[in-house]
Amino acid sequence: MTRSILAFVSLWLAAAAPVAAAQDSMPPAPYAYTQLDDPAQEAEAQALMETLRCVRCQSQSIADSDAPMAGDMRSQVRMRIAAGEEPEAIRAWLVDRYGDYISYKPELKPLTWPLFAAPVVLAALAALLLRRRFRKGARTGGDVA
Amino acid sequence: MSAPTPGRRSRWTIWLPLALFIGFVALVAYGLMAPGERDVRSAMVGNPLPQFTLPAGVEGTPGLSRADFTKGEPRLLNIFASWCVPCAVEAPQLDTLAAQGVPIDGVAIRDRSEDIAQFLDRNGNPYRAIGKDDVSAVQLGIGSSGVPETFVIDGEGIIRYQHMGPIMERDIAQIMSEWRKAKEPL
Repeated sequence: MTRSILAFVSLWLAAAAPVAAAQDSMPPAPYAYTQLDDPAQEAEAQALMETLRCVRCQSQSIADSDAPMAGDMRSQVRMRIAAGEEPEAIRAWLVDRYGDYISYKPELKPLTWPLFAAPVVLAALAALLLRRRFRKGARTGGDVA
Repeated sequence: MSAPTPGRRSRWTIWLPLALFIGFVALVAYGLMAPGERDVRSAMVGNPLPQFTLPAGVEGTPGLSRADFTKGEPRLLNIFASWCVPCAVEAPQLDTLAAQGVPIDGVAIRDRSEDIAQFLDRNGNPYRAIGKDDVSAVQLGIGSSGVPETFVIDGEGIIRYQHMGPIMERDIAQIMSEWRKAKEPL
């Protein structure tokens, strides 16, 4: 029993050590945790970063994530904004590389229009049903209620 | 008098909200039980490698640039890191591929030269060239979402295939066939 616990602990240590030692050995990219000097540019970058998905931790935006790769993406975004690139051009650059999944911003496309149309169709259907019901109620003189 | 007729006609609509609700619950249950594909695959397969130049990762092995991939011969581009445990797992398979004559170039992500050297000492060095990518620039440029990943690049610098995660024994045949396929231009 003791031996198996020891074996387990040493296995765990062996597995954990290289990861813990290595992930942090490189400094973060220049603009991963550093804001741009120009507040207007920083605001632009921030707004964009909040709508880009972190590919390592997929329910977080790169603005929220502490994954090293998200830091590298933030740095890339800030440097491109500082160089005068438009936020939507940067988004398009990333979508070209990772597909639509990288962006949180909803886009109206042939594939996505049902998402936008469905609520309108449902509301219209509800209105139609309600109208018929009220008419019927009026006709039978409150018998329905 | 007229009441039974509309009543009978609208009877089925009573079940409509319940049916919608059950449908909705079924959809949610399905979504919870089948989490589906979580890999973010590169959208760059079929497109040319972007321009890049990386300094050498270790002494004695050259650095890497896009020009190395346009010499008429298909190559593997392996994204790895010394701090990545699955990268050590795939090292023997990379050695096997290199021994079969497949040229492999490495891009070391967020890594220090001494750590890369130690990693190669321990796991073998199948690489013709190793570029050091300290800010994941090449990784982002080719739409790779983690380490390790391996790309087949044809002789004209077009990305032809992406393998995500470590290359295991069972993946070697597939990688070899994709590499051979890349000898023919698109």
